[in-house]
Amino acid sequence: MTDFLGLYNYWIVIFLMMTGFYIVIARENLIKTIIGLNIFQTSVFLLYITMGKVNGGTAPILKGSHSGESHGAEGHGAESHGAESHGAESHGAEHGQELHAAAEGHLDSGVEAVTEIYSNPIPSVLMLTAIVVGIATTALALALVVRIREEYGTIEEDEILEMDRNS
Amino acid sequence: MIEQLPVLVIVIPLMAAPLFVLIGNRKLVLLLTQLVCWTVFGITVSLLSRMQYGPISYELGGWPSPYGIVYNVDYLSAFVMLFVSGLGAIVITYAPKSVEREVHHSKHSLFYASYLLCMTGLLGMCITGDLFNVFVFLEISSLSSYALISLGKTRRAPLAALHYLIIGTVGATFFLIGIGLLYQMTGTLNMADIASRLQAIESSRTMLVAFAFMTVGLFIKMAVFPLHTWLPNAYTYAPSVVTCFIAATATKVSVYAFIRLIYVIFTPQFAFERLPLDSALMAFSLVGIFVASAAAIYQTNIKRLLAYSSVAQIGYMLLGISMSNVGGLTAGITHMFNHALIKGGLFMVVGCFALRIGSLKLEDLRGAGKTMPLTSFAWVVGGLGLIGVPMTAGFVSKWLLLTSALSLELWPVAVLMLLSSLLAVVYIWRVVEILYFSPASHLAKTAKEAPMAMLIPTYIVIGSTIVFGCWTVYSAGIAHAAAESLLGISQMGGVQ
Repeated sequence: MTDFLGLYNYWIVIFLMMTGFYIVIARENLIKTIIGLNIFQTSVFLLYITMGKVNGGTAPILKGSHSGESHGAEGHGAESHGAESHGAESHGAEHGQELHAAAEGHLDSGVEAVTEIYSNPIPSVLMLTAIVVGIATTALALALVVRIREEYGTIEEDEILEMDRNS
Repeated sequence: MIEQLPVLVIVIPLMAAPLFVLIGNRKLVLLLTQLVCWTVFGITVSLLSRMQYGPISYELGGWPSPYGIVYNVDYLSAFVMLFVSGLGAIVITYAPKSVEREVHHSKHSLFYASYLLCMTGLLGMCITGDLFNVFVFLEISSLSSYALISLGKTRRAPLAALHYLIIGTVGATFFLIGIGLLYQMTGTLNMADIASRLQAIESSRTMLVAFAFMTVGLFIKMAVFPLHTWLPNAYTYAPSVVTCFIAATATKVSVYAFIRLIYVIFTPQFAFERLPLDSALMAFSLVGIFVASAAAIYQTNIKRLLAYSSVAQIGYMLLGISMSNVGGLTAGITHMFNHALIKGGLFMVVGCFALRIGSLKLEDLRGAGKTMPLTSFAWVVGGLGLIGVPMTAGFVSKWLLLTSALSLELWPVAVLMLLSSLLAVVYIWRVVEILYFSPASHLAKTAKEAPMAMLIPTYIVIGSTIVFGCWTVYSAGIAHAAAESLLGISQMGGVQ
């Protein structure tokens, strides 16, 4: 029972996923289909964000002890200007290793720079990209529906197919 | 400069696309698009020529793998990128007259920008070694192809694009779920890293579910038989140039991603021995070949006929992949290349008919062999390739597939393959008969021969199907090297 309740995030994910998928399959109205598609995609966002959360973990922000800020700045430099300075590169790698360790759940295993438990930020970052993709998909789909309505005067799929059959 | 080539393949078209929207002048944009496409083609040629010195691994921004994103170029990815960019370049050279007629003038620069984005996405799927990156590039290529398809002149084009969008997004989201589950298991997104970490895990339900989601997602994108319903409408109502490019490349790149998924990430031991994917694939592809070929015979629109034939041809590629030996894999990869040339060339022929006759109904094409002899002859040559007549590219890949099936003693598969080629004879011959041996329709009677600007690129592609039918060093030879390295990697993985 605790397993069941403890995994409630995943139950929500599955519920949303199936709801969205059902709407996509069952609805004839094109706008409703697109909304279903959105719900379907949203469930995946939730799945990723759930898997990134570490129990008791805080937000993954480096604190200002022991020149942490300059690390952050240099690491950023390495990202945007390529690998010019060797120092920045090695800090970048170290930083990456920390994230990697967090991803594996080996938070306490000898990575000294991490004194606090924090959640894995990578799934959230991935989802930012996926959200952008989702917005682009929705925008394109809605634009297509506008054009379909201009041509056919309706957004009910069965009526459109009927008109195509008769023409 | 030389070591930056792998990233330039992606960066040049990606940066050019928004720039071209800003420029807006359609003549200038057209010229620049052609320039960009041929440049990218040149880069992929030089990448492939460097493969003899071993695979290239490029770390973006200097972040070492597996923390950063890497671009990997090996025989397989360089080969697929070569024909994607090559067909992209030749189709855009062929495009101007056809686009002029089929796409509204105000949309030209947007059209060319989307075309470049679509090519970027397809090349990116080939080159990247990061699994999430594959999803992003998949969506870049898909979104731009939805937009391109919706530019078709008929009012059915937006609806076909929307259907493709809905099904395609479901497929891509399935793929994304699979990536998420794999990430949950391994904590990494780098393909090689995932593969080595999955070795340590015997088998778990999460792994099975991830595999199922990713396979089904890619099946939708590849248009494998029961999931192919989006394809005929999308190909039929898209502008001719778009159909040429997408039919020649998009489904093949998904097949490429599928090969990577099975042979690099999940080993063949997992996919074919622990799971019965090989027999399932074989069944799907054989049923698909027969059903789609039979459907092609009954079509009245030449574009839709070729679209169903494309669904059937995907079956041959999967058949090769499902054999899971060097011979079968070589045949599958060679067929990706040969079919890209053949189907690209045939759709270019169809584009010529669309330009001069204005209709793609078979009844309107009657007698076009007399008024458009060069275009019609190109159809005959391309059609022979599709059937797999000796001395054409289609024969090479079917021969490889057949010998591989016989070496595995899959007699029924070999017999069914030969029978299915007869179905291709029927639908190709049906069009040939209409072109040459029917009384001319009033549209075909007044039609002029297609302009040289379109015929020359068409004949280059169609001619290359003959060249690669006689001379296979650079098609089957490279495919063989790619297949060996794929199986070599997975065997090493199995020993560990």
